[in-house]
Order: sequence, then C-alpha cells, then structure tokens
Amino acid sequence: MLARRVIPCLDVANGRVVKGTRFVDLADQGDPAELAERYAREGADEIVFLDIAAAPEGRGTMLEVVRRTASRAFVPLTVGGGVRSVDEMRDVLRAGADKVSFNTAAVAEPELLTACARRFGTQAVVCAIDARRLPRSAGGTLETPIAWEVVTHGGRTPAGLDACEWAQRAVALGAGELLVTSMDRDGTRSGFDTELLRAISSRVRVPVIASGGASGPEDFVIAVRDGGADAVLAASLFHRRIYSIDSVKKAMAAAGLPVRPVGEAAA
Amino acid sequence: MAAGRPLLVAVLDYGAANMVSIRQALVTAGARVVVAADAAALDGVDAIVVPGVGAAAPAMAHLRERGLIDPLRDWVRANRPCLGICLGYQLFFERSAEGDAQTLALLAGQTVGLEGTPTLPHIGWNTVELARPHPLFDGIADGSHFYFVHSFAPAPEDEGIVVARTTHGRPFVSAVAWGSLYGLQFHPEKSAEAGQRLLSNFLRLVAASAGRAETAGRAWAAASEVA
Repeated sequence: MLARRVIPCLDVANGRVVKGTRFVDLADQGDPAELAERYAREGADEIVFLDIAAAPEGRGTMLEVVRRTASRAFVPLTVGGGVRSVDEMRDVLRAGADKVSFNTAAVAEPELLTACARRFGTQAVVCAIDARRLPRSAGGTLETPIAWEVVTHGGRTPAGLDACEWAQRAVALGAGELLVTSMDRDGTRSGFDTELLRAISSRVRVPVIASGGASGPEDFVIAVRDGGADAVLAASLFHRRIYSIDSVKKAMAAAGLPVRPVGEAAA
Repeated sequence: MAAGRPLLVAVLDYGAANMVSIRQALVTAGARVVVAADAAALDGVDAIVVPGVGAAAPAMAHLRERGLIDPLRDWVRANRPCLGICLGYQLFFERSAEGDAQTLALLAGQTVGLEGTPTLPHIGWNTVELARPHPLFDGIADGSHFYFVHSFAPAPEDEGIVVARTTHGRPFVSAVAWGSLYGLQFHPEKSAEAGQRLLSNFLRLVAASAGRAETAGRAWAAASEVA
C-alpha cells in the first residue's frame, strides 16, 4: 500500500537553510546538504529544497547544494524556486534532483509546465500553489463558498486566479503533483488549511502535498485523513526539533494511515 | 589482483535526467561506475545498469542515436548482468503504451498504463511483495517500502520471471529476474537503506557471475556500514 509521505522542507537562501514566518524574518539554520542527510537518516520520505532567494546569480550555489545532497542522501529530492525554462530544469535534474517545483514561473507562463512535462515526464513536474483565503468568503456560505486566491512572489502578489481552478489547470497542463501551501497558515503553527486541501485534492487525481501551518503530529493526520493529502510537508517544526519525523510517522500509523516505518530496512 | 579489483558498472546515459543518484548509490555499494554514452564505454565492464525516468519513445530514440541498442541486446543474450530501473526496466519488454513505442523486446510482454489507481502518477513509497525468494532481496523483509514514480508498468507474459508485485489500484509486477537480467519498477537509488541493500545484492550477483565472490564480500561489507 502506498505510504503517506512525510517531507521536511528546506528553505534555502544563498546556500544556507533559513526559515521565516510568512516568508519574512529569516534566520540561519544551517547547511542544506547536512540537514538533508540527517533527515534522510531519520526517515524523511523525500526532501524539498525551496530556493527562496531565487536570484539568477544564486543558481550555481543551489545546483551545488543539490549535487552534494544527492551524493549522500538516497531519497527523492525536489527543488523549487527560480527555475524558469526547460534547460534550467534539465540542469537541476542532472545535478541530482528528481522533481522540480514551479510556482511564480508557472503562473507567469503556464505552458512551461507542458514543455517540461513533455521533456521529463509529468512525474518530474510539481506545481506549487500558494493560496490565500479571500476575505469575503471567510465563513463560507452557500452564496459565497470558501474561495482561495493564488499568490506569487513569496506571497506578496495576488495572481488573480482561483486556487482550485488553477490546480485543475496546472494538472491538465502537465503537473504530476501539487504542493499546496496555505499562506494564511504558513509559519503560524495553527494547523494545515484542511478545507483548502480537501477542495483541491477532491478535484485532481495527482498527489497533493500539504504545506503551511503544521504544529504537531495530529495536524499531519488531519491533513491526510480529512484533507485528502498524499504527503505532508513542514519546515521549522523539524528544523527546531520540536517533533521528529519518527514521532509524526508514529502518530500517523496510530491513526491507521500507511507510512514507511523509520529504520524499516535496518533489520 | 588476488582480492580483485572493484566491479566496474556501466550506467547507460541516454539523456535520462538524474544520473547522480544511481552513480553515487552504486559507488556507495562498492562499485566503480562509468557513465556510458556510447558502446565504446562498455569495454571491460562487469555489468550494465539501464536507469531512467521519462517517456519510452524519446528514450529509445536516444539509445538508437548513441548506437547502444545492439550492444545492449548482445549483452543480455550473452546472459551478462544487466539491471533495468523504472523506464529502463520497461524498455526490456516488447512495446510501451506510452507513446505507442517499440522497445527492446528482451522479455515477452508489454508496458501498459496503471489502471484503477487512487492517484496517478504513482509517486511515493510502496510495499514490494515477493512472489518468490530471490537473492536480489536477501536481507530485505518481504513487504519493505521502495520509492516509485511512474504511470506505466510492464505486464510480463512469463509468470516465471516475476519476483515481486506492488499494488496501487491493482497489483502490477514491480520486480523481475530472467537469468542475469533484472528489472525493477521502483528506484533503489532513491530507496534509502532498503535500496542500498538491494544494490549491494545486485553487485554480489554480478561478482558471482564474474567469479569474484571475494570482491562482492567487500562490497557487501561497505554497504552494511552505510546501512
């Protein structure tokens, strides 16, 4: 049975891991390759690197981080941030990544998803969707159901797109996976936006990764059980060692969710 | 030379994206690795690994352009060790429904789309259930998790080659062995300790076939340290 994945996310700027609250207030938290290797050892099912600086001059630094990580940690690697062309995606994959995640670039140029999927397969193309609740639909009524808008540029710019519609369109264009982040919850440790996850996962067939707001193991369980997520992602919760990957997986297993037990093959 | 040189494994480079992980995983398991983009690079190797993600038709076109198809067929017909991973494994069969591509026809059967799946692509860690014991899985518990990322899988005609199955929607064949030809739908190079163990087992089989069990012992020891 397909296990639900637990994914630590490493926000990287200039070759270092940083984590802020709602994409600001950055604090240095170490070397990305070292941290990734530690997570792989501790049972991470996958590692996501987000290049939050995403400046063209930082591309080489990020590729080096991927190369160093792929040489030491034998788990899947996804890289997001700053990839804007098929050739740039090729460079990232050749450095040792398995998937590339597109966010702002996909909103600006949706055909990019199709071009990359044709070249590398849909399984290598992740569409990251940063979504924010529209104030008018806060409560959610029959007339004005809950709606989320897509934001880009690290949450600063409304894209003028409905998150659910964009999710469906991204899949039709070639995305093989969706990384859905609630910008209302990101960094707040108030739980995932389960309604957002459910709204999107019920409309697409590709796997959905839940992101933004994890505060404890129970949130991961809820994201999968009620939100329909196939994978759950968190950053500071793991970086600050508030919870281990093992404790999250044990909580998921206790709730009857299939997980890959930590240290399974050590026997 | 009494202790034997490390096994030399060629990883076919036919434009498949991530070559770093399979190369490093094999090196960690104790092999020397040459990334082979043409037939000349296969000189003197002990085994060939056909890695790969992506679509079947462009992969076949790349193999053809690089003059690798005939050498690969000859290699397998001589029963020399060869491991296909994901797309590489699918290429061993006759045809692929992905882009309706003609493939290597080393094994009887076709690669077909996964059906009745809750999610597609099939991405993530799934359990591999052994149909029979096989040395590739020595030291790996039946039902261990390996990393998958695919939408198609081969349907072998010969039940005798089936080593393991995995279920996503419906069961499909996730590992085969025929003589020294091995095929895996999952990615051992992305499957942490279990994958590393499997690659070590593969190297032991290569060593046995090359008559150098001593070298294999060292590869095994090296891999055990990693695990």
